[in-house]
Amino acid sequence: MNVNVLAFGIAKDIFGGSSVEVELPENGTTQSLKLSLEERYPRLKHLVSYMVAVNNEYATDESLLTERDEIAIIPPVSGG
Amino acid sequence: MNIQIEISNQPLNVQSCIDWVMTPQSGGINVFIGTVRDATKGKTVIRLEFEAYEPMAIKEMKKIANEAFSKWPIQKLLIHHRTGVLEVGEVPVVIAVSCAHRDAAFDACRYVIDTLKQTVPIWKKEIFEDGEVWVAAHP
Repeated sequence: MNVNVLAFGIAKDIFGGSSVEVELPENGTTQSLKLSLEERYPRLKHLVSYMVAVNNEYATDESLLTERDEIAIIPPVSGG
Repeated sequence: MNIQIEISNQPLNVQSCIDWVMTPQSGGINVFIGTVRDATKGKTVIRLEFEAYEPMAIKEMKKIANEAFSKWPIQKLLIHHRTGVLEVGEVPVVIAVSCAHRDAAFDACRYVIDTLKQTVPIWKKEIFEDGEVWVAAHP
């Protein structure tokens, strides 16, 4: 399946845009998404950390993804 | 409604935030005003740029507000965060809390800003004369 991944902050610089398409197996997990993105964009690995959000909630590595989910990369936050 | 959460790309109005949280039962209002500082680690900052993942940022700020209400006896709580380009001396965030007594107001206000800085998907970029850096992204 193809998932669309939104990028914010430094992730936009890393992806070269505000979103990227990633191909994942059906029942792909957050972890498989991260591995796929890190392979394609090694600069992600140099961040202190980053989270994945699914439908506006922080996801765990085990979260299952579907094509209809709104998925976003959340680099270290620095609001306030 | 005793919680107000807003993200705006317009200058924040601190007085109207204070006015909104005021209630007849409030004995104290605690306000945190974030401001843009002119330097970081000795290096001159020209301006900051703030970006938000708005729907999730609102959701996370609401969670923080609800958590604050469960921990302290709060009258009203407001969080306003600004996005876009901010110059030194401008205000990116206002948090206002009203309570019957000041202890809860101080504690709740501190809790909200401390937690916002950890969980809310908003990012700031520091602009220097010789480059720009997304705060906290790299070690």
